[in-house]
Amino acid sequence: MDPEKLQAMHLPLDGLWLPKAASTLASVVDDPWWIIYYASVAAFIAMMGPMAWFAYKYRRKHKDQKALSQMDHSQAMEIAWSVLPLIFFFWVFVLGFRGFLEMFVAPAGAQEVQVTGQKWQWNITYDHNGGKVAVGGQGATFVFPKGKKFKLVMKSVDVLHSFYVPNFRIKSDVIPGRYTTLWFEATEAGEYPLLCTEYCGTNHSNMIGMIKIVETEAEWKAWLDAQDTVTVSPESGKKIFEEKGCTACHSVDGTRLIGPTMKGLWGRMESTNKGPVSVNEEYIAESILQPQAKIVDGYAPAMPPYQGQLKQEHIDALIEYMKTLK
Amino acid sequence: MTETTVAAPAGLDHGHGHDHGEEPDYLHASKGLKSWLFTVDHKRLGVMYLAAVSFFFFVGGLAALAIRTELLTNTRTIMDADTYNRFFTIHGAIMVFLVIIPSVPAGLGNFIVPLQLGAKDVAFPKLNLLSFWIYCIGAVMAVTAILVGGVDTGWTFYTPYSSTTSGGVVLMVAAVFVLGFSSIFTGMNFIVTIHKLRPPGMTWFKMPLFLWGIYSTSIIQVMATPVLAITLLLLIMERVIKVGIFDPALGGDPVLFQHFFWFYSHPAVYIMILPGMAVMSELIAAFTKKRIFGYRFVAFSSLAIAVISFIVWGHHMFVSGQSELSSMVFSFLTFLVAIPSGVKVFNWIATMYQGSISFETPMIYALSFLFLFAIGGLTGIFLGTLSVDVHLHDTYFVVAHFHYVMMGGTIMAFFGGIYYWWPKITGKMYFERTGQISAVMVFIGFNVTFFTQFFLGSRGMPRRYYNYLAEFEDLHRLSTFGAYFLFAGLLLSLGTLIHSLLKGPKAPPNPWGAKTLEWTHTSSPPIEHNFHETPTAPAAPYDYDT
Repeated sequence: MDPEKLQAMHLPLDGLWLPKAASTLASVVDDPWWIIYYASVAAFIAMMGPMAWFAYKYRRKHKDQKALSQMDHSQAMEIAWSVLPLIFFFWVFVLGFRGFLEMFVAPAGAQEVQVTGQKWQWNITYDHNGGKVAVGGQGATFVFPKGKKFKLVMKSVDVLHSFYVPNFRIKSDVIPGRYTTLWFEATEAGEYPLLCTEYCGTNHSNMIGMIKIVETEAEWKAWLDAQDTVTVSPESGKKIFEEKGCTACHSVDGTRLIGPTMKGLWGRMESTNKGPVSVNEEYIAESILQPQAKIVDGYAPAMPPYQGQLKQEHIDALIEYMKTLK
Repeated sequence: MTETTVAAPAGLDHGHGHDHGEEPDYLHASKGLKSWLFTVDHKRLGVMYLAAVSFFFFVGGLAALAIRTELLTNTRTIMDADTYNRFFTIHGAIMVFLVIIPSVPAGLGNFIVPLQLGAKDVAFPKLNLLSFWIYCIGAVMAVTAILVGGVDTGWTFYTPYSSTTSGGVVLMVAAVFVLGFSSIFTGMNFIVTIHKLRPPGMTWFKMPLFLWGIYSTSIIQVMATPVLAITLLLLIMERVIKVGIFDPALGGDPVLFQHFFWFYSHPAVYIMILPGMAVMSELIAAFTKKRIFGYRFVAFSSLAIAVISFIVWGHHMFVSGQSELSSMVFSFLTFLVAIPSGVKVFNWIATMYQGSISFETPMIYALSFLFLFAIGGLTGIFLGTLSVDVHLHDTYFVVAHFHYVMMGGTIMAFFGGIYYWWPKITGKMYFERTGQISAVMVFIGFNVTFFTQFFLGSRGMPRRYYNYLAEFEDLHRLSTFGAYFLFAGLLLSLGTLIHSLLKGPKAPPNPWGAKTLEWTHTSSPPIEHNFHETPTAPAAPYDYDT
């Protein structure tokens, strides 16, 4: 991700500790947090106070000073300092468990969206007007309305990732070969970073998106409509190429990255594991939707399939863009 | 210093050098490189472990400084992302497998366990030598993997990243596999030694608490390490011959790896902290001139920790996709394991009551331990609480928490132990004032470095991030400055010890007036066979009077 893009992203804070809370779930984290926080401060003082006092009061004043007493046990104290913490622990355990269930069991009626993690970007697919709208890319913005419940059905196409929105207090690993779920209901309009918290390689820390919360469902629908219209042109192709994260593996200037460069690709003959292929519309579409079908010699089969994430117009736009990369 | 005033306890004559002036100490008993490399003397092996651990602590520390320097700015500062990823892997892997795990048990433990038992050596001296050699082979393999292949998986080797990334992962994993055997052999050796070689009169409840701690650690080492070995072997099989165990692309399950890994690595957390606690009891007793308060509770809490530590691994996995029921059970058990650790801290503080407290360097480290470990323990409550952990998991809050426990706990106790037993090991005293100043510098530098990270983590700063959001930059910078100060403190400490080796005055047998056998019945440094006659255990483990 280019540094300017990163500098333009901000995480709303709220004082010294937890960041600004912006979802209905925040209280199941923040309430126990503050209970434990004040109890810990009290317990810390209860330990360090006597320690400091003893260190001062019973400091050795001359070389062969002996201890004042050899008092070395007290059943009552041992029981007290074992049982009292246990009672407190039981309380916060129950609080934490109840909150945890609330976080991971989505309420009925929440609208589902599909989340895909991949090196190194987030993709979210919305249902819209009977079809799908897929949005994604490093630094991409994902819009949701305030006051509506969403259930995230999440998977990874490569390694482990973890979906984390600090302001919503939600987090779950995203795993290849299984589904995990989260849900949220935003309480305040604004922009909240979406981070990856499971180490996933070179650009782990660039795997950032922005969750943009808008005031009304109408604004959200309007945004979805805008995402849904794709004009077939080299310019929109360039935009899609960047948003979908193609740049992570394919250069446009001839540099060799994980996958072949796009420069001068159009119309060329490529040698693949299925024999020589002419780079035309059909080959490009196949390589995007089912990249494993033919592998260019000298490259690893590393690309995830984009079947279901891109519409015909997206692919056409990408082809128009590729034609310009001479 | 009380060396001039401590009354010689009965039996000291037999252990004291001057009665047998012709008998050389263990450092001079034989000469030449071979006499060290093939020694079966537990003291020489302990010294060699300490040298190796210190060397790797320095290397791992330099990697930490590289990481902290890169994090001075929120984008590139001095290195690219891949180099950064390698540095945090180097730092974690070296500190865990080559420094903290062997530091107290293999280093100080080897030197002190037989001396505290009044024994000539450990039960199996040759196995002890083998264990050291295996450690060296594992260390060479690890360094080779890092230098030649480069490893960027983090010390946790999570699949399927670790089974698909390029670099020297197989060699690194094999190195950890080999190092595990060193750990198992040392553990076995100590278990048998403590069972069979106790001197007349030393029943289990008359053992110094250091031995209880080492014994509990050894149990975990012997029982948990094989699971890591199997897991790592499976990972190698997956990478080399493509057997699908953890990688879903081959039909495996990545979460299974996490279960296997933490089944070892959580007990391993206690392999790391229990020996630190073991040292603490010795330090607190010696510098307060008191019997340890609640001796039996401190002793049993070590065993309780060893047992419960095996059934809490799932608390590393609350957001990994494991079932809610599992998470509930692991959360509950995690709170249980906190109790015995708390009991120890309370008892050490209670020991100070009405003591005669002095503040030589080891005691400053011991007080640092109490302060830092208290914070490490209390912040563990946040992480054990399920809903709160969801927010904090894999953030800097966790990074800060385990550094407070591992470095604030184990390493502080290790340093305290080094200074405490330094006169015994080297036969030299060190310059007290610089020792004290360096200990205070380490304490301040540590808190600036890591307390800052609690703020970062609670605000949502993920760990293992090369770039980060601009909001976090000020705190990261503060943390880095803390790390530089901490490093300066460590250098002063190193200087103090080197000065002592070169110019330090000769150490008396018992400079602290301590009551355990290594102080009361051996010379400083001890002779090769430790004791001229098997000593009789004192009436109480810390037989101080008023």
